[in-house]
Amino acid sequence: MTFSPALEERFAKLLTSYPAGRTRSAVVPMLLYAQDELGWVSRELIEEVARRTGVTAVQVDEVIGYYSMLRRHPIGKHLVQVCTNICCMVVGGQDLFEHASKTLGVGHKGTTTDGLFTLEEVECMGACSWAPAIQVGYDFHHQVTPERFDRLIEGLRNAEAETRKV
Amino acid sequence: MLYNEPSPLEVKVVTRRFGKPDSEKIDTYLADEGYEAFKKTLTLTPEAIIDELKASSLRGRGGAGFPTGLKWSFVPRNTGKPAYIICNSDESEPGTCKDRLLMENDPHQLIEGMLIAGWTVRSPAGYIFIRGEYRYLIDIVDRAVAEAYERGFLGKNILGSGWDHDIYTHTGAGAYECGEESALLESLEGKRGIPRLKPPFPAVVGAFQCPTILNNCETFSAIPAIFRQGAEWFASLGPPKNGGTRMMCVSGHVNKPGVYELPLGFPLMRLINEVCGGMRNGKKLKAVIPGGSSSPCLRAEECDIGLDFDSIAKAKSMAGSGGIVVLDEDTDIVGLALRTIKFYQHESCGWCIPCREGTTWLKKILERYHGGGGREKDIDLIHEIAKGMFGRTFCALGDAAAMPTYTFIEKFRDEFEAYLQKSRPKQIPELALL
Amino acid sequence: MADLVTFTIDGRQVQAAPRTLLITAAKQAGIEIPAFCYYDGFSLQAACRMCLVEIEKTPKLQVACTTPVTEGMVVRTDSPQVAAARKGMLELLLTNHPLDCPVCDKGGECELQDMVFRYGAGESRFVETKQHVDERQWSPVVFYDKPRCILCYRCVRVCDEGLGVGALGVGDRGSASEIIPNRGDHLECDECGACIDICPVGALTSGTYRYQTRPWEMDHVGTICTFCSNGCKTTLGVRNGEITRANNRDKSGVNGEFLCVKGRYGFDFNHHPERLTAPLVRVNGKLAPASWAQALATVGKKFAEVKQRGGKFGVIGSNHTTNEENYYLQNFARQALGTSNIDHRRTGDVATLIDALHGHAGALATTADLYTTPAALIIGSDLSQQHPFLAWQLRANFRHHQAKVFAITSGPIREDRYAAKTMRAAEGEELTAVESFREHLAQQKSLVILFGDSIKGDAVRKLVAFGDSLGIPVSYVPLVDYSNSRGASDMGVLPDLLPGYHGVREAGLEPGLAYDAILSATDLDALYVVQENPFAKTPLASTGAFVVVQDLFLTETAERADVVLPAASAYEKAGTVTNVCGEVQKLKAGAKTMGAKTDLEIMGLISKEMGVSIGIWKHDTVFAEVRKSVPGYNVALPVVETGGAAPTFPVNGRVPLEDRPDLISSDRNTLFLSGTLGRYSKMLTSVLEYPGKLYGQPVETELEMKEAQNT
Ligand SMILES: Cc1cc2nc3c(=O)[nH]c(=O)nc-3n(C[C@H](O)[C@H](O)[C@H](O)COP(=O)(O)O)c2cc1C
Ligand code: SF4
Ligand code: FES
Repeated sequence: MTFSPALEERFAKLLTSYPAGRTRSAVVPMLLYAQDELGWVSRELIEEVARRTGVTAVQVDEVIGYYSMLRRHPIGKHLVQVCTNICCMVVGGQDLFEHASKTLGVGHKGTTTDGLFTLEEVECMGACSWAPAIQVGYDFHHQVTPERFDRLIEGLRNAEAETRKV
Repeated sequence: MLYNEPSPLEVKVVTRRFGKPDSEKIDTYLADEGYEAFKKTLTLTPEAIIDELKASSLRGRGGAGFPTGLKWSFVPRNTGKPAYIICNSDESEPGTCKDRLLMENDPHQLIEGMLIAGWTVRSPAGYIFIRGEYRYLIDIVDRAVAEAYERGFLGKNILGSGWDHDIYTHTGAGAYECGEESALLESLEGKRGIPRLKPPFPAVVGAFQCPTILNNCETFSAIPAIFRQGAEWFASLGPPKNGGTRMMCVSGHVNKPGVYELPLGFPLMRLINEVCGGMRNGKKLKAVIPGGSSSPCLRAEECDIGLDFDSIAKAKSMAGSGGIVVLDEDTDIVGLALRTIKFYQHESCGWCIPCREGTTWLKKILERYHGGGGREKDIDLIHEIAKGMFGRTFCALGDAAAMPTYTFIEKFRDEFEAYLQKSRPKQIPELALL
Repeated sequence: MADLVTFTIDGRQVQAAPRTLLITAAKQAGIEIPAFCYYDGFSLQAACRMCLVEIEKTPKLQVACTTPVTEGMVVRTDSPQVAAARKGMLELLLTNHPLDCPVCDKGGECELQDMVFRYGAGESRFVETKQHVDERQWSPVVFYDKPRCILCYRCVRVCDEGLGVGALGVGDRGSASEIIPNRGDHLECDECGACIDICPVGALTSGTYRYQTRPWEMDHVGTICTFCSNGCKTTLGVRNGEITRANNRDKSGVNGEFLCVKGRYGFDFNHHPERLTAPLVRVNGKLAPASWAQALATVGKKFAEVKQRGGKFGVIGSNHTTNEENYYLQNFARQALGTSNIDHRRTGDVATLIDALHGHAGALATTADLYTTPAALIIGSDLSQQHPFLAWQLRANFRHHQAKVFAITSGPIREDRYAAKTMRAAEGEELTAVESFREHLAQQKSLVILFGDSIKGDAVRKLVAFGDSLGIPVSYVPLVDYSNSRGASDMGVLPDLLPGYHGVREAGLEPGLAYDAILSATDLDALYVVQENPFAKTPLASTGAFVVVQDLFLTETAERADVVLPAASAYEKAGTVTNVCGEVQKLKAGAKTMGAKTDLEIMGLISKEMGVSIGIWKHDTVFAEVRKSVPGYNVALPVVETGGAAPTFPVNGRVPLEDRPDLISSDRNTLFLSGTLGRYSKMLTSVLEYPGKLYGQPVETELEMKEAQNT
């Protein structure tokens, strides 16, 4: 498999970041960084990471099943994650998730028909003091109200429409 | 960038540079006594460094509150193997959001803390394990690490000491259990985050089967101040055996939730009323979860305590990770118990029976109970299952799931009972046999 | 041995070696601590929490499977708290278990059933819905039923640590955790089925046995596998005279947990539809069914006639028949037929090794030695493929005792992964390569050398000279192919050697024709072939010879025969076989095939027809004679009778043999091939035809494995 030069560079660095003979350590970062670029983890990627790190495919497979951020299927362009864990929940996180679900018209792990958004209810994301929080991609949004949520989604939709026009 | 207004009551030690322009840059850090502590430790013997740490009575900020100096003293010397430094920035305990600020606002302070640890055991390398969701922090920390290399604080022959040291960031990928130190090490080695058998503890056999210093991000970040301003000063900030300050992450029903740095032992009620501006909407306090979601909750009348490890332990809870969730009178305890167990069920690594099956069963009962299908005997059943898990699981996650659950029942049984009145009983089949 | 520690368990003072795990120490004291995940010999998991016990001065219950005993420790395994914990674990385990025991293969031999029976949790408080996951097929032989799985990780460990394959892993997380195969949705592996056997419940089931029968409907017959030379004990599950499964039920054989795909699944040749059930006699150029009386009379008459006129016989023995049969066969040839033209397909040079070792004591390694000798050198064999049990022994030796394994082979082998040093050398070049190992080898306390068929004739003598020059005790294993290859050699199914490696001249005979000469002779009058298929490779030169073949199937050789006599398989008879390491083990008849007779009986009956007497044709009687007259075979009867493996030590003197390295060649069978027999196992052929690839070479870094070992 070939990756972007930036990713290849990252891989090269990863493979030398650990003590000699410990390239297996690079498995999780490689999978996550590759997923960032490719959107998901394919069987091909599994075999590739196994080959590059010198482990067996099943050892890579084991890892993918374990970590909740690694996924075996493509998702929408923007991953919208709403935290409903206790700190967010007690200040409206659960309601926010339900609102998001209505706005996007999909449930947990659902992807909008235009392929723009995938919604996910997630565990605590480390924004408890500024709850309720969501992440869109890797970007945090704090103290999100239903109105702010809708504005955010609309903004992303408009941006997409712009790029389509160009 | 700060996410909440600081409080005038704060005692700023680890957060003292927060809010300064370019606080994450090495020049800002160097202009504010940056790396001075490390330079000082370069002249000290490992024993002297560890003694100083012990004298500071710094206790781990990751959850267990273990004395840091003592932990470092367990790292065997002259094993012929290298020793590694691991920073636990997995920060996933619900209620906790401080390591994130430390890495975002003052990554050099963390690097300096790790350098001191590295120098103490003459370690060749350190790894900062950052939860995958904090991707933006990896870039920030990587930039800081690169700056430290440029200025000679990392790399070969650091400051002419003849000692080489590298620091790398390492990403997690979504797993609370990887915050548990031995599961973290497995994850660092490219495996599933399944905890290891202990003993041996990581100090003796840790990363890559070598001796290891493993601490929380805030723990490392507190270390430069100790060597700059002295162990005695640090110890005197808090009550005996509870040195220093702590970043208290307050969330829930207060007017001004936020992360505040306060000395250990700071009164919980003052934190709520003075630092956080009191209860939201003038509501009454019902309960506080004092140390992240795994700590047993305190009823309002139990909250007259100081926020240090020993005082909270005396109140039969734990200071844990410093995540303080304040709950008002309207809080639905059953819903809270359900959401809590859902979390642990989702995050159980699945290795051992009691945690894997116990959390799943509890979740199912609570879901049904919460959904209106509760039976009176479920209350005792929940309590028994949680008690049956406690102390019998492979790692502490099982305890972390059990403790809040049985405590909610013990302290708010009336709310569970009241729920029964609300419920529209669903027909539950009674199974006579298996 | 270090001083014992004394501790108290359930009020009794007992002793154990220091560092013994509590669970083992308790067992030694006769106290059972229940466990699912703990499994002797494999890495510790402490996952099932069934073994929780009370230890005085520790507030929480402790797991007995990882806690070593210490002096003065006070343990309770019988307290109410412990009972409650066990019951609690079982109740939790059952919450998502389908409880489909009535249709589960494991019903009746399930450890979960037994535990619930013994420790409670018969009543459940669980009223929620269970999670169903469909059963999956991973290979022709392996099926996985997730809801039944209790996640004890035994399968994962036996595959990785035991076999060195590592085809299984743990997927997903938490309550969704499950066992996963190495190729996403299917397995690429040795198909040995060890995972199925070791599974305490019915989560892993076997393609051949599933839904066939209930365990209690079968007779369980412990016998020896008939395929390769490693001599694994296998327990046949026999119902109505037919074998329905083979496994390691009681783990009492030399092989412990181990069985390969052949031992576990290859038995189905036994009831292959093409099995011969009646003698065939050539009439008008065509083989036609005949009665036993008719067929035997034809053979007896012809043999007597050829003998009388001083005609030329050839006799080809088998690598599969018992020691008794081989012994009887050479008697039959030399006395009844009066010929020295007897041989078998030699797959390794045992005779030259015996000769080269004259004057050496204890220089033949047993299978048990492979687990204890501190170092091993493999020469010219892909051990995991060709001698899987020996490979298992070495791997266990490495894991448990940090044994140093060295290898010189022509291609990569699985042992490379953990070997201390390996080297590639072309066949025939191994003895040059071995010099570069000298320094490493000489540092070892003792060494066992396992060598394949490329070391033969003079090379064997050179190898022994090399071993002698190391200055350390060295023992040897000549790697032969089949279940009784070793026995055929030891019993004198050779043209120049009598049983026990005595020269034929000692008995006043001249050496006869060897295997190749028998086949190429143009003037042979009669050829007698016992369970061997020489014509598969070489046609018979004597077109006019009268050919008698005893076999299970109509092989290429049988097709050319004038009389074909249906023989019983090793699963259908008693008698003994000698494995690759020279250990004698007893067969037990399990199955029955209508119409077949044992080779021993057939030989007896033919000699009777010929009117000559060469002794009673009963296995016990012949074995008694073997014990008396074959040097080294005077083995302890109780050992053999109780299913043990008795080591043999043939003559320790010169062997007057003619070096014939050209006659020695291994069939290089792999895990899925075994000469002619393997062709008739549908299971083995289906595995070979399965779309998924079979297991190749592992890629895990050597270092990692070694690193893991050091902890
Ligand atoms: C289930 C579980 C999750 C944990 N998560 C974290 C975490 O996210 N961050 C952390 O620093 N420590 C966490 N810990 C505690 C660590 O195991 C370890 O005690 C700590 O990192 C040691 O550092 P300290 O001594 O500086 O506190 C967790 C422990 C358990 C049992
Ligand atoms: S308690 Fe058991 S299942 Fe839970 S996280 Fe720890 S080891 Fe895994
Ligand atoms: S045998 Fe001890 S935990 Fe399973």
